[in-house]
Amino acid sequence: MTETTAPIDAATAPTSGRSERLPTRIYLYVSLILVTALVIIPLVMTALGGFKTLGELRGNPFGLPTEWQWSNYGNILFSQRYWLQMGNSLLIAALTVFLTLAFSAMAAFTFAHVKFFGSGFLLNYFLIGLMFPAATAILPLFIRIRDLGLLDTYWGVVLPQVAFGLGMSILLFRNFFRNLPSELFDAAFVDGAGYLRFFWSITLPLSRPIIATVGIISFVGSWNSYILPLIMLNSESKYPWPLGIMVYRGEFSTDWQLILAFITLTILPTVVVFFAAQKHIIAGLTAGAVK
Amino acid sequence: MSQTSSVAASPPSMRAPSVARRNRKRQVRGTLPVLVLFLPPALLLFTVFVILPMGEAAWYSFYNWNGYGLPTQWIGTKNYELIFNNAAFRQALINNGLIIIVSILVQIPLALWLATMVTHKIKGAVLFRLLFFLPYVLADVAAGMIWRFVYDGQFGLVAGIFNTLGMEAPFWLADKQAAMPALLGVIVWKYFGFHMMLFVAGLQSIDKSVLEAADIDGATGWQKFFRVTLPLLGSTVRLSVFFGVVGSLQLFDMIMPLTGGGPSNATQTMVTFLYSFGVMRMQVGFGSAVGVVLFIICVTLAFGYKRIFMKND
Repeated sequence: MTETTAPIDAATAPTSGRSERLPTRIYLYVSLILVTALVIIPLVMTALGGFKTLGELRGNPFGLPTEWQWSNYGNILFSQRYWLQMGNSLLIAALTVFLTLAFSAMAAFTFAHVKFFGSGFLLNYFLIGLMFPAATAILPLFIRIRDLGLLDTYWGVVLPQVAFGLGMSILLFRNFFRNLPSELFDAAFVDGAGYLRFFWSITLPLSRPIIATVGIISFVGSWNSYILPLIMLNSESKYPWPLGIMVYRGEFSTDWQLILAFITLTILPTVVVFFAAQKHIIAGLTAGAVK
Repeated sequence: MSQTSSVAASPPSMRAPSVARRNRKRQVRGTLPVLVLFLPPALLLFTVFVILPMGEAAWYSFYNWNGYGLPTQWIGTKNYELIFNNAAFRQALINNGLIIIVSILVQIPLALWLATMVTHKIKGAVLFRLLFFLPYVLADVAAGMIWRFVYDGQFGLVAGIFNTLGMEAPFWLADKQAAMPALLGVIVWKYFGFHMMLFVAGLQSIDKSVLEAADIDGATGWQKFFRVTLPLLGSTVRLSVFFGVVGSLQLFDMIMPLTGGGPSNATQTMVTFLYSFGVMRMQVGFGSAVGVVLFIICVTLAFGYKRIFMKND
């Protein structure tokens, strides 16, 4: 291959940004569509199954419902439990996100900007939290929550959730704060601003991207969480939806058409929000990993 | 709005010099108030709900205690002996290991293969990425329940396939031999998209000119992949393995709706074991000991792995 032909060759190569050749395209599409089918068939069949009768689930597992049973969905949508569980999940997630953001941004700010004795040690102390899951200490945690009188309250779920999210959140915030341009700080300092002023008026307004990232991580974690509510909550009226699914399944054991409708309606908000804000959500959920 | 989103994807990580480095020399107003106001909330919460419970788990693990009153019945290391002599716990250990192996040998290659495909310039590449990432966003409990339906021997999709072929449908989740492979399938379904997205990010950060140089040198597609792309993705592979390991050790939510650890403990993991034998029976000492074992495994693996494989990342 001579020097003159090389650039042309590179221009037609797959990596240079042009479209693929036909055989490659066919291979790509066949593989990707096959995987897509494996991913979405369980989801689509769950949603469709919710429109069937139990008999039809058995007799016509893959086809469209012959008679759409809107009442399966309707009864759930008009039931109090569905909205109550959604509300519980939302409330728990909102409290978790708010406290996580507030506490971790403040702590991270001191680690990023304030020089004080023991700061390195304290930061590492928080990072211990990254190494083990909440499940390891779940029994002592249960006893602590019980002794604090927080059993069967939202706080009994929220406070441990926030605590276990602090390590990652502080790390993300601190890295972001440290990399803000130093001219900002110099200017603020010359103008006579102290740390509090600098945090509130300069750092926070510039931190929207990282607030979004940490917020998304802690929201998704809380919205989907199961083990902490399972152990801390007793009354069904306080259950978030993942617990609700298990209760519903327990109640209607083999009435799969109803269970499928219930699952579909509970994951619907996640699916809608995911497609509406996919860019932010993917960036947020992978940010914790890449840092 | 669009501006913020692009910043979110790539925070200004490389800008120098940073605030922190410059203000070291300075004495700034408000040092004491900021420390007194900003640190205690996080510190208190973290200590009370993360560090103390872990310490207490170590303490309780030497007692036989039902959680009421104070632990008084000291039994030494009996709980630990019971754990390691427990067949269900050994099964849980094996299962956690299996999940890690499948994650490394099946899930990561699959994720990498798909990542190379969805980074080609083809129509719909972004949509494929989204769809593959979707299971990861769903709650583990919902995913588990969906697959409980898929695997159901009477009304499920697997039953549908078998019935259509005129065969008798199996109850995989109730079968000691089949339950664990069935569970592994769900794990791959749920998590491959996350790993794929890590690889997509890794692939996008590879300098195109390196691959073009390989093209010029006449490298084939396979050669380019194994000699150029894969070595450059080293840190992503190591990260992906790390998350596979960590995820395996925490696995609980998805198993509860699928099998609850059964049939006859065939699908227990360490956390489901802790739940069924510690929490459900309110055996605080025994359950705490399980927690301590899990803690030691987590910390050893995390430290060891970072020390050995990720020291340059």
